[in-house]
Amino acid sequence: MTRSTAADAGLTGPGAADDIAVPGPGAVRRGGRYRRRRKLRKGTELTILLGPGLVLFLGFVLAPIAIGAYYSLYNWDGLGPLTNFTGLHNYKIAFNDPAFVSAIEHTLILTGLSLAIQGPIALGIALLLNRKFPGRTAMRLVIFAPYVLPPAVTAVMWSLLLQPGGLVDQVMKAAGLGGLVQLWLANLHIVLYSVFAVLTWQYLGFGIILLLAGLQGIPAELKEAAAIDGATAWQTTRQITLPLLGPTIRIWVFITVIGSLQVFDVIWLMTQGGPAGASDSMATYMYRTGFQNEAFSYGTAIAIIMFLFCFAFALVYQRFALRRDTRGALTRAVG
Amino acid sequence: MHRKRVVLGVAVAAAAATVLAACSSSGGSSSTSTNSSTAKVTLSWWNNANTQPLLGVFQNVIKQFEAAHPNVTIQNVPMQNELFKTKITPALRGNAPPDIYQQWGSGQQATQVQSGKVADISSEVSSWISSLGTPATEWQTNGKWYGVPYDLHVVGFWYRKDLFQQAGITAAPTTIPQLESDDAKLRAHGIQPIGLGSKDGWPDAFWWEYFAIRECSQSTITSAMSSVNLSAACFTKASADLDAFVKTNPFQTGFLATPAQSVPNSSVGMLANGKVAMELQGDWEPAAGSGLTSDKNFDDQLGWFPFPAVPGGAGDPKAVLGGGDGYSCTTAAAEPACAQFLQFLTTPAVEKQIIGAGAGLPANPAANGDLSVPAEKDAAAANSAAPYIAEYFDTALPTTPGQNLDNAVAKWFASPDASGSGITSSVTTP
Repeated sequence: MTRSTAADAGLTGPGAADDIAVPGPGAVRRGGRYRRRRKLRKGTELTILLGPGLVLFLGFVLAPIAIGAYYSLYNWDGLGPLTNFTGLHNYKIAFNDPAFVSAIEHTLILTGLSLAIQGPIALGIALLLNRKFPGRTAMRLVIFAPYVLPPAVTAVMWSLLLQPGGLVDQVMKAAGLGGLVQLWLANLHIVLYSVFAVLTWQYLGFGIILLLAGLQGIPAELKEAAAIDGATAWQTTRQITLPLLGPTIRIWVFITVIGSLQVFDVIWLMTQGGPAGASDSMATYMYRTGFQNEAFSYGTAIAIIMFLFCFAFALVYQRFALRRDTRGALTRAVG
Repeated sequence: MHRKRVVLGVAVAAAAATVLAACSSSGGSSSTSTNSSTAKVTLSWWNNANTQPLLGVFQNVIKQFEAAHPNVTIQNVPMQNELFKTKITPALRGNAPPDIYQQWGSGQQATQVQSGKVADISSEVSSWISSLGTPATEWQTNGKWYGVPYDLHVVGFWYRKDLFQQAGITAAPTTIPQLESDDAKLRAHGIQPIGLGSKDGWPDAFWWEYFAIRECSQSTITSAMSSVNLSAACFTKASADLDAFVKTNPFQTGFLATPAQSVPNSSVGMLANGKVAMELQGDWEPAAGSGLTSDKNFDDQLGWFPFPAVPGGAGDPKAVLGGGDGYSCTTAAAEPACAQFLQFLTTPAVEKQIIGAGAGLPANPAANGDLSVPAEKDAAAANSAAPYIAEYFDTALPTTPGQNLDNAVAKWFASPDASGSGITSSVTTP
C-alpha cells in the first residue's frame, strides 16, 4: 500500500543505537594506547557514517514533529504571530468532530480490508507466479504495472472509468450485471469500497513483488527433500514455504498498515474525501481542514494524531512481531 | 558531536535563508531608492491562467508591458486554480513570497493582509483607481488599497439553446416554479436538466447563496457577512427553498462525485458536450468549457439567464452573486513597477485582450463593449443593471468561516434537510 521502505521500520526500532559503542572483540587484549586510538578511530568512523544521516533525521523528521506539536497547541491561521495559546483545545475539537471520528473509522476500515483482502490475494498470485510456466515474465510485468503508475494517474483514470455510464458500468451491463451498477463514487455507502478497490488495484503488485522476492530466497533443497519424502504440494506450501516466508509477510504487514494509515493521494484526487466525508481518511481530513480551511494549527493537531497512530503501531509491531526477524541486524552491535 | 553538527547545520540554513531573503528583496528596495526607470527589476507573477487562451494573452501582455518598461522583467508563474489556492498562505508566511499574486478581495484579502506581506499600494493607485468604479472597492481593507481587480464575475444560468429547443422551451424561466417545470420538460425529453459539480464544494455554495440572496434583503446579507453570523430567519428559509428544489431531482446522475471544471467529465464539460442542459456557474463558463469540447459552435449555443425570482422572498430579484479576480503586490515587490503593472492590466487595450479570452467581465467599464460571446453580453448587462452585487460568501467572509460554509453546503447536498442548521451554524463553529 505504500512506497515507504523497510528501512523506515528500522529507524525507530528499540535499541537501534544503544549497543553500538561496545568495543569489538580483541580490543581487551591490546594495550591501553592502542585501545584509545582504536576507540578514536571508531568514533571518527561512526561520526562520518552516522553524522550526516542523523543531522538530516533530526532536522527534517524530529524537529518538524516537535515544532508541529508546539504549533498544535495554538489557535493560528497561518499568517499572524503565534499568540493565542489554547492548550489541548484543538485535540478536543478533533475528537468531538464526528467528521474526524468517521475519518479515523474509514482509515481503520481501509487498513483492515488491505490486510484481509490484499494479503491473501497477493500471496496466492505470488505462489502462482513462482512456478515455471510459459509467459511468466509477461504475467509478472502486467501484474506489477499498476504499482509503477503514479497514484495521480491511477486516480484520474479510475474516476473516469467509474463515472456514471462510464466503462465499468458499460462492461457490467454488457455482462448482464446491469442490475448491480451503482453510483460508485457518489453513493455515500459505496464510495469507500470503490476507493478501496482502486487502492487494491494499485498496490497489490507491491505485495506480490515483495512476496516473490521472499519466495526466491527459500532454498530449493528443502522443497526437493520434501518431495522425496512424499509431501504433497499443499503440505510443502503449508509446512515449508509459508513458515520461511514469515519475515517477508511480517514486513509486508508493517508497510501496508503504515501506508494505509497515511493514505491520501488516490482518495483526494478521486473524491476529495467526499461526498460529505464518506470517503475521508485521516490524511484527507487533515489536508482539508489545514490547507483548504486554513485552520493551520488544527490541521497540525490532526497530523500529530496521525503520527501518534503510526508511531504506536510501529513500536508495538517492532516489539512483538518484527523483533525476531531483525534480531542481530538491529538489536546487536555489528562488527 | 551531534549537537555541534546540528548547530552548524542550523547556522548554515539560517545564513542561506538570509542570503535568499536578501536576494529577493534587493530587487524591490533598490529600485525605489535609486532611479526607478533604470534599475533592473524582476517581478514574479502568480496567477491561475494555466490554460489557453488566457495563458497566451498574459504572455502577450507581459511582452507589451516589458516593451513599455524596459527595466522590468515579469516572470509568469501560472498554476492550476485549486493548487494555487493552497499555495498562497504558506508563500505569504515564508520568506520569499511572489511579487504579484492573484486574489479575490474582500474577507480573504483581509485575512492575507494580516501576514504583513501584502503591500499597501494606496499612494500608487490613488490617481486612477476611481475609474474602475465601486466593484473595485472589494480590494480595499480598512480603507487602504491592497489589490486591483482585472476582471469581474457574475454567477448565473448558462444554458444550451439547442437542448432547450428540443424540449420545447421558448423563454428562459424567471421564477423558481418556472425553472422546475422546465426541468420536467427536459427530463421528459431524456435530457439531464442541470449540471452540478459537487465534488469541489463551491458550486454547491452558489445554489444556497443565491437562494439566500433572493430570501434576504441586502442589509441582512451585508450585516451577516460582516458579523460572520447566519442566524437571520431568511437564511433558514433559503435552506428550505433549496431543499424543496433539490427534491424535484434537477441535477445529473451522480452529481455528488462530479468535479466542477478542468476535466471533460466535470459539470462544465458536461454542458459543453451537451450532456446537461444548463448550469449555475460564473461567467468563465464559455472559456472553461471551450477547452473541453470539440464543438466549435459552443459559444453560439450558449444562452444566459439570471437566477430566477423566489416568490415571496425579501431579496431583490435583480441582485447578483459575483466577485472578481485581482492581483496584489507583496512587500517583496519593487514599486512603482508592481503597481504600474496592475494598472496596465486595467487599461482598455489590455482589458480587451483579457475579456477576448473569455476570462470574465472587464474590471474597467470602458471595455464593456468588447465582449464577444453573445451570452456574456447578457451576463454583463445583468451585472451592470444589478441594484447590488453580493460578493461570493466564501470570499466575503474571513477564510476559515468561508471555507466551513462551502464544506457545510457540500455536505448538505449529500443529505439535504429543510432546516439547514448545519449550514447556518457552520460559520460560527471553530
